[in-house]
Amino acid sequence: MLRKWLQRITATDVVVWGIGLVILVAVVWGSLITLGLSPASPYAFPGKYTWEQWADLIIRGLALGGIYALIALGYTLVYGILRMINFAHSEVFMSGPFTAAFIAIALASSGFLDRYPLPSLLLITLVSAVVSMTIAILLERIAYRPLRNAPRLVPLITAIGASYFLQYTFRGLYGSGVTAYPTIAALQGAWTVGPLQIGKTQVVIIISALLMMLLLYYLTQRTKMGKAMRAVSEDKEVAALMGVDVDRVIVATFAIGGASAGVAGILYALMFPVVNFYMGFYPGIKAFTAAVLGGIGNVPGAWLGAMILGLLESLGPNLFLDGLGIPAPYQLKDAIAFIILVFILIFRPTGILGERITQAKV
Amino acid sequence: MSTRSSTVWKQAVRNGLIGGAVVVLLSLVGMVVAFSQRYIVSGLFTMGHVLLLAPLLLMGYSAARRAGTSSIGILLLSGALAGLVGGVVVAALVFIGQVVNLRAVLVSASPELYRTLAFGVPLPLGACIAPLAGLVAGAAGGVVSLVPSRYRNVILEPILIVLLLGLLRDLFVNMLLNWGWVGFLFRWLFAATGMSVIGAIVVLVVGGGLTFWREWRRQQAKRPPRPPQQQMVIRVVSIIILIVVLIFLPRILGTFFSEILDNVGLFVLMGLGLNIVVGLAGLLDMGYVAFYAIGAYVMGVLTSPELGFLGLSYWAAVPIALVGAALAGILLGLPVLKMRGDYLAIVTLGFGEIVRLVVGSDWLRPYLGGSQGIQLIAQPRIGPIVLNTQQELYYLILIGCLLAAFIAWRLKDSRIGRAWMAVREDEDVAQAMGINTVTTKLMAFAMGALFAGLSGTIFAAKLQSTYPHSFNVLVSINVLSLVIIGGMGSMPGVVVGALALMGLPDLLREFAEFRYLVYGALLVTMMLVRPEGLWPEARRRLELREE
Repeated sequence: MLRKWLQRITATDVVVWGIGLVILVAVVWGSLITLGLSPASPYAFPGKYTWEQWADLIIRGLALGGIYALIALGYTLVYGILRMINFAHSEVFMSGPFTAAFIAIALASSGFLDRYPLPSLLLITLVSAVVSMTIAILLERIAYRPLRNAPRLVPLITAIGASYFLQYTFRGLYGSGVTAYPTIAALQGAWTVGPLQIGKTQVVIIISALLMMLLLYYLTQRTKMGKAMRAVSEDKEVAALMGVDVDRVIVATFAIGGASAGVAGILYALMFPVVNFYMGFYPGIKAFTAAVLGGIGNVPGAWLGAMILGLLESLGPNLFLDGLGIPAPYQLKDAIAFIILVFILIFRPTGILGERITQAKV
Repeated sequence: MSTRSSTVWKQAVRNGLIGGAVVVLLSLVGMVVAFSQRYIVSGLFTMGHVLLLAPLLLMGYSAARRAGTSSIGILLLSGALAGLVGGVVVAALVFIGQVVNLRAVLVSASPELYRTLAFGVPLPLGACIAPLAGLVAGAAGGVVSLVPSRYRNVILEPILIVLLLGLLRDLFVNMLLNWGWVGFLFRWLFAATGMSVIGAIVVLVVGGGLTFWREWRRQQAKRPPRPPQQQMVIRVVSIIILIVVLIFLPRILGTFFSEILDNVGLFVLMGLGLNIVVGLAGLLDMGYVAFYAIGAYVMGVLTSPELGFLGLSYWAAVPIALVGAALAGILLGLPVLKMRGDYLAIVTLGFGEIVRLVVGSDWLRPYLGGSQGIQLIAQPRIGPIVLNTQQELYYLILIGCLLAAFIAWRLKDSRIGRAWMAVREDEDVAQAMGINTVTTKLMAFAMGALFAGLSGTIFAAKLQSTYPHSFNVLVSINVLSLVIIGGMGSMPGVVVGALALMGLPDLLREFAEFRYLVYGALLVTMMLVRPEGLWPEARRRLELREE
């Protein structure tokens, strides 16, 4: 058994595993120093930061994770059905909140936003979801549908092109500057739970993301459309023979993914209250990482992966980069997501919950 | 008959709506206004007009083609209807813009836009001009569809030439100024902006005549191919002419245009490298900028006295930078060996971003300069001569490009080149045929990285400094776009792509802002209509047409 395993190993495997090991050791070592658990550490347990600070970071991480989960859903659903990565999904995500910002500003300047925060917020979210959904559907109709049977590289390049086209179209439409979202008085401040201060915005984000996720899970698992989607993802031809309208199912998939990205966009704008045409890039790629981490094509997997990624991104800079003595560690928080992505793809390309995709399906 | 004709009209209306939507989009992203001062024909016709009318003309043409009858009346009418509907959509935008202040949201919906859309006619009346112009444009599209396809070039080519001459007027006039009396002979073709009216007419007539003659001759007799010896002579002569032109190009163009030429050259160099990775080996690398950055940064670290490491000369640092870039290519290649197209794209994208983030972080500031970058990078010297002007650097870039082109050309048909193409077509089959996919892929990454690294070293020496923000993902997108639009796997395609995608935006200042918008649209259109690119590689074209 061991001998067989040894025979299969190649030099490249050794190098790759070696790099992985070095990074793993660095992460553990850095964390131990920050937490004050290592003899080399200048701090005593619980380390450089207090429990309250850690709790704050965890809540922030969960909120981020919730947002990533909603975006990741779009990647996962589309991948499940078309086996392609919708590169332009990050722009679908950007289009909603960027458009809705103008509604929000109008509502804020008329004072409606402060008087009726909940209906206004729902209206803004609805606008954002509808815009994102429209863009997603148009994208599918114009750019992807004609290429459904083309060689693999072709729709991928189309998606990259569509991504840049959308980014710079919105820049042309709304300007290249940063648009600030109005602050909502009702969401300012924090609730005190025991010794902890929990920001209201974070709580709202976590709860709404969770509700959205449950709704979408219900949609894909319990409804007839969800069943059709799973059937198409299993086998397009057979599903068509069974009377499933494949085109409609694909449009519905893009619509659901787009709407949830639009909602995620508003939650993102609550957390970082500025929007611009470039805002989709990092959340998009991180959500994709989350989808891969959880197992692409798998809805609960997307949620799990997003939570892990959100926590790692929020805790990581303080936990291990800081411990390793890297100055200004927050500058590298985006690099964490990329490194995680590279390593999942090397060591477990199917993700945490993903089933093994057979060669035939690919 | 009546149901059939009603579908014709429906199709025309649909085309018109699409064309109108395109024009409205072009207007609202600001392209129409930005180009409304760029005269094609002086005082008569601007690029803004072209953007306004070309979609309608195209939709009229398409409507007439789809009408599928031979009745001239129906063809013309359906084209005109499509144009009219499109014009009405545009007029609706003008009307809405008068009632609602669109500018609060859409930054480009300025009074100037409405003036342009109304063709400068005062407004209440001006709103009628757009439908009228649309009608004419659509009908013109219908007329074009009547012309037999082999003579369509006779109309299209001269128009394209006028468009190009008018757009690039500054470049051509500048060239003519350097030519003394020869230039003076052709000076009258151009006005202060764009082409002169007489010049445009002459070019249209002469160009049309020449194209007609060519098409007519091609029609007359199928001439036998020239004997091989003659072909050889023609080939050698044209290569010699090309080399002479390349050598004297900076003299012909002058300083300002030489700088643009240098930029194009750097991108040709990168394109040749990425062409191996994407075009030959089929590995979609979106983090290509990383190797460009590594080349530039190794150059900076080794030569800049600011950081005070080695203070090498340019030539001593180049080999080290190249080795560094190639090693980075292999390092990136190793973990992604088993990945397929789309995963590979994202991971390489991530790799490019990691390099940029790490290089710009405070963590490595003592070694790489952080966000302030590295200054005082050594310039290449040959004996007492320092290559520091754009014209001198051009020769360095030219030599780099020729060297890279030669290597790429020799590799392409070698054993490893054929192995790359086999891996591109089907990895499993290639492996079954005895190709070592690991070394093949690593070799592709290393070669690609090498060329990008070389480009990076020249870039660093040209600016004498490097900053992390020069190496963002958009550079990768630029290179990828020019390789794909030129034609994946084709080396002349890389040059054509680089000239079109890098040269044009630098020549047309207004265009720079819309660069990525147009690239994106081009990539999508290209994949939908002509996936093999502008100047395709022969084998590639066959493959893509099979599907």
